[in-house]
Amino acid sequence: MSPEPRPARRGMRDAPRRVAVTSPRTAAARRPRFPATREIDEQTRLGEVYMRSLLRTQFRLALFVCTVLGCVVGGLPLLFLLIPELREVHLLGLPLPWAVLAGLIYPAFVIGAWWYVRQAERNERHFAELVERR
Amino acid sequence: MSLTAVVVVVVAAVLIGAFGIRVSRTTSDFYVASRTVSPLWNASAIGGEYLSAASFLGIAGLILSFGVDMLWLPVGWTGGYLVLLVLVSAPLRRSGAYTLPDFAEARLESMTVRRTASVLVVLIGWLYLMPQFQSAGLVLRTITGAPVWVGGLLVAVVVAVNVLSGGMRSITFVQAFQYWLKLTALAVPLVFLLMAWHGDGAPGVSAEDAATWQVPLAGAKEYGLYSTYSLILATFLGTMGLPHVLVRFYTNPDGRAARRTTLVVLSLLGAFYLLPAVYGWLGRLYTPGLARTDTVVLTLPAQMIGGTLGDLLTALVTAGAFAAFLSTSSGLTVSVAGVIAQDLLKGSVRSFRIATLMAVAVPLGLALWARQLPVADVVGLAFAVAASSFCPLLVLGIWWRRLSTTGALAGLFVGGGLACAAVLATITGAPYGGFMTALLAQPAAWTVPIAFVVMVAVSFLTPHRVPSGVARTMVRLHTPEDLDLDRGDWRPRSS
Repeated sequence: MSPEPRPARRGMRDAPRRVAVTSPRTAAARRPRFPATREIDEQTRLGEVYMRSLLRTQFRLALFVCTVLGCVVGGLPLLFLLIPELREVHLLGLPLPWAVLAGLIYPAFVIGAWWYVRQAERNERHFAELVERR
Repeated sequence: MSLTAVVVVVVAAVLIGAFGIRVSRTTSDFYVASRTVSPLWNASAIGGEYLSAASFLGIAGLILSFGVDMLWLPVGWTGGYLVLLVLVSAPLRRSGAYTLPDFAEARLESMTVRRTASVLVVLIGWLYLMPQFQSAGLVLRTITGAPVWVGGLLVAVVVAVNVLSGGMRSITFVQAFQYWLKLTALAVPLVFLLMAWHGDGAPGVSAEDAATWQVPLAGAKEYGLYSTYSLILATFLGTMGLPHVLVRFYTNPDGRAARRTTLVVLSLLGAFYLLPAVYGWLGRLYTPGLARTDTVVLTLPAQMIGGTLGDLLTALVTAGAFAAFLSTSSGLTVSVAGVIAQDLLKGSVRSFRIATLMAVAVPLGLALWARQLPVADVVGLAFAVAASSFCPLLVLGIWWRRLSTTGALAGLFVGGGLACAAVLATITGAPYGGFMTALLAQPAAWTVPIAFVVMVAVSFLTPHRVPSGVARTMVRLHTPEDLDLDRGDWRPRSS
């Protein structure tokens, strides 16, 4: 698209109008701004957005862990019921249901919890960086 | 020998209570002390208080009777902490609430909700205390032949004296020590038992048991699938609503530490719960005809080893069992008495004394009057009540802004009420026959969903009753403490 020819104005010469350059972009970046913590304190719309994003991230993480947990824990009784062959399987010298429910499930819990703690702390770090950046 | 062990544990408990360092009786002292408590100590203290008679004796007994399906009980009691970790732990610590009623008040800004929560805390506490006293009676009868009421009365008196003198409970260190005592008391005898079992040529269960008892959902209980799922729901969701667990989270310096503590709790409980299953399995081999299966942990050492060593090991297990009764009962009694004194009486020192007596006397009466059910089953009922009342309150309160005061109240009433009714019917009534018995003995599968639905639906119908400070409360619950933010000025009312 070619620039449209400027309509000639009366009383003006063809030379481009003078423009006063007042504010370089560097200064714009340094313009004093409220920190996000204040937006949250004063419950502005922006503060709400920050809070919702934190809540949503943490809730998604929690929901993910609970869903995995629900599938494992809720699925095991059904699995043992629907696939009777599993009862004959032996693991570490124990029948499979015993090996899982009396042993293996505990380290699995701990690993899941450890992963969650790491993720949750990471989310909080991100949130802190976001709202403390000025 | 075993009697000596009981005497030693009881005397030690009384001495600690009477002459122990009387630090931190008020909530603010708790807060100050907390800065020096590491997650490991804190987690050990939670474990020490949490592992009750049901864990120490009950699980092995139920596994002996009903087989592999009962393994879900310890799995749920551990997994409940995973759910607690991801949904509740950090926000709850950040709320600054000291008890569940505190949280209810802080989040919903309503005294009515607070009082309702208080009543539920007391009911759950009583329900949890009752089987502790019953098993104390059972243990004492097993080792001395004394009537059943003696053991219960003994534990009740010791606990009341302890709580009134203000020692025991406040000291994180003592509760932490209890965890390691219980772990040792179960693990050391087990080593000898396994050696004896190996010496016998490492026998397996009978062919009949291998086909039924050892197989999931083929055991002696009717409606196994329903009961299993209901049990899973109650234990996984009920843990977060136990009054004596919650207070311990306050001793964490901040939300992040609360999460780490919960992670350690999970590891400690996982380590402990490996043991009762083995006891149950050995019990099936060596004491299949036991009348009161809750005593299997106590009978095995004498049965399999005998002699002086057997006596010594029995004494060790008995000491562990009494430590379990005392620590759990003390923690519960303090929580229940605190709530009664603060919310239902006037809140003075005198009312705390009256409240302590009430907290102990009612479950003791129940223990003597109610019919004897397996201890782990009754504790399971307490979990069901917690899961159908406090679980929705906590989860929705922490994650859902639109929870209204009326909605919370309705959910607590309907969920808690239905669960309590089912519990009453179970502990007093005769078998009702058929599916009804299963529905009442494991109510969580229907009461928990009903409680959630009622809370959400009523909240939608009463949008004008959403607390006005909810935005500020959400900031308080979810933002890390090191950020400089306005979190409101709510403080728990100190006792």
